Amino acid sequence: MNIKKSEKISKKLKGSSVGIAGLGGLGSNAAISLARIGIGRLVLVDFDKIEECNLNRQYYFLDQVGKYKTEALKENIQRVNPSVKVDIKNYKLNKGAMDNPFHNVDVIVEALDSAEEKTIFIEEIMQNLPNIPLVACSGTAGYGNSDRIKTKQIGNLYLCQDKDARSSDDDVLLAPRVCLMANWEANIVLEILLGEDK
Amino acid sequence: MSIKVNGKQVIWIENETVKQLLKRMKYTFPLVVVKINDKLVPRSSYTETIIPDKAKIAVIHMISGG
Repeated sequence: MNIKKSEKISKKLKGSSVGIAGLGGLGSNAAISLARIGIGRLVLVDFDKIEECNLNRQYYFLDQVGKYKTEALKENIQRVNPSVKVDIKNYKLNKGAMDNPFHNVDVIVEALDSAEEKTIFIEEIMQNLPNIPLVACSGTAGYGNSDRIKTKQIGNLYLCQDKDARSSDDDVLLAPRVCLMANWEANIVLEILLGEDK
Repeated sequence: MSIKVNGKQVIWIENETVKQLLKRMKYTFPLVVVKINDKLVPRSSYTETIIPDKAKIAVIHMISGG
């Protein structure tokens, strides 16, 4: 371990903030990874409560079923790294105001479920907060085919994508691929925050 | 006289709108994000935005799952 590099990174991350839209399989796992590495502040947005069927891929525990995802994830993050400041917003992102919670963050992570919501979110963020890098994800359903996942960058939009994946409406959502793509998003966030010095 | 759509070279047609281009490319999926030369084209302007020559166009199609 390069201690000097590690200290330099920690310092930079402590001063950084990341907003996450949606705390399902993508958002909960990305948030935990970002918390582990010591991001200064996380803004977490979701309206949903945890269901037992979420536990096959989302970062929650059996005894948290029925709780709001925002509150449960804040608890879990604090168990991992209490130094992370966690701002939770317990509401549904509405069309026309999707950018509202994310005006004061360094990077935004799209971690929503339906294609329609993803599209509207990306459009609104790119239109209303064009200077904040946005990391989005498309094609998490299924298993295997890890090698099809790619990062596509268009300006300030970084898309973690498997173009040939099926919609989750016609396929399954399972931890290995969902967590892979959640951490792919978190890894892009890290690259954006830390810049070229790898 | 050509444009690039998702990295693919395509003939440029004078006065073609985003909506017409999506149709020509057979991009029929309803949910897309369109950027021309890195600039977002709002969905409401697909019918009036004209594609300039040599434009680089990105059409992104989101797939459900999260």
